[in-house]
Amino acid sequence: MASPIEQFTIKPLIPGIGFTNSSLFMVGGVALIVGGMLYATRNRSLVPGRAQAGAEILHDFVAGTLTDATGREGMKFFPLVFSLFMFVLTLNLVGLFPGFFTVTSHIVITFALAALVIGTVVVYGFVRHGTHFLGLFVPSGVPVWLLPFIVVIEVISFVSRPISLSLRLFANMLAGHIALKVFGGFVVALGGAGVLAVLSPLPLLMAIALTALEFLVAGLQAYVFTVLTCIYLNDALHPGH
Amino acid sequence: MNGNDTQPARGNAAEAPSGSDLSRRLERLGAEIDASRPAAEPSPGPASFTSDPSALGLAFRLSAEFVAGVLAGGLLGWVIDRVVGTGPWGLISCLILGFCAGMLNLLRASGAAKPARSGG
Repeated sequence: MASPIEQFTIKPLIPGIGFTNSSLFMVGGVALIVGGMLYATRNRSLVPGRAQAGAEILHDFVAGTLTDATGREGMKFFPLVFSLFMFVLTLNLVGLFPGFFTVTSHIVITFALAALVIGTVVVYGFVRHGTHFLGLFVPSGVPVWLLPFIVVIEVISFVSRPISLSLRLFANMLAGHIALKVFGGFVVALGGAGVLAVLSPLPLLMAIALTALEFLVAGLQAYVFTVLTCIYLNDALHPGH
Repeated sequence: MNGNDTQPARGNAAEAPSGSDLSRRLERLGAEIDASRPAAEPSPGPASFTSDPSALGLAFRLSAEFVAGVLAGGLLGWVIDRVVGTGPWGLISCLILGFCAGMLNLLRASGAAKPARSGG
């Protein structure tokens, strides 16, 4: 039975320049997004065709999520949020093909994305609001003697945001793919176990059900990542309101 | 997207009023559609939590919030100890505060505490 974590191995494809299978799938995912979007918008019409309607649904979905969380002001972050959503969604879904590498199951990737989001929040917050941005860490209506503790806890809570953002996506993808691989391994192991081979369809059914669940998780985690990005961006736009 | 592309001759200055005009038209259209649609069915009772696949998502989300708080506290304490050289005390106290922050994250994520706003 193959090791369930073997699928996450990073192998260099071109020696010397560090182009790995992870890089290959990232480039492929971006090419898929850009190609798909260009194809969908190649001849824009007022009454959209199928591809254009799909692209418009994606656009309106992300735009609606963003404006719900941040108001119309937040639309200046739309390119960032839409890119993040499409990148995470596409790579989650691409990783579901058997034998394909799941880029988002590596915490270095998800943490880099989360650090990008929090970096944007911090930089934009300070540029836009100056030291007023630090009011994010000082809740009102707190007794003075409690304030130092609360501020430290709020700072730690803020530092934990990129960690929880990246951890959630990474843990979901990792756990799902390991579970799929384990049940897939059970099928093979039972199939070669003599009389017990009659039981081998059972883990196969489980693997099929898990695949459906993984499709749900792939979409849901991309959505959760986007929603939390919007909520954090809202803190940069309106601290202390 | 489409609205901007059909009028390439207009400059950037003209885009803001046309954007707000567009959103006003969209709102009016949305109101008309809502008016002509039959009233939404009453929502079914509270969702059951017994066999909900999103319960798994909720569990992942909440556990990630808590673990992230503790990790962030530990990381912060470790960095403080490395920089200032204050023995294990920074790590210990920041881990405890990290537990507090993790609980705060947890309460906020589950909606039991009000979100991180200063209200003023």
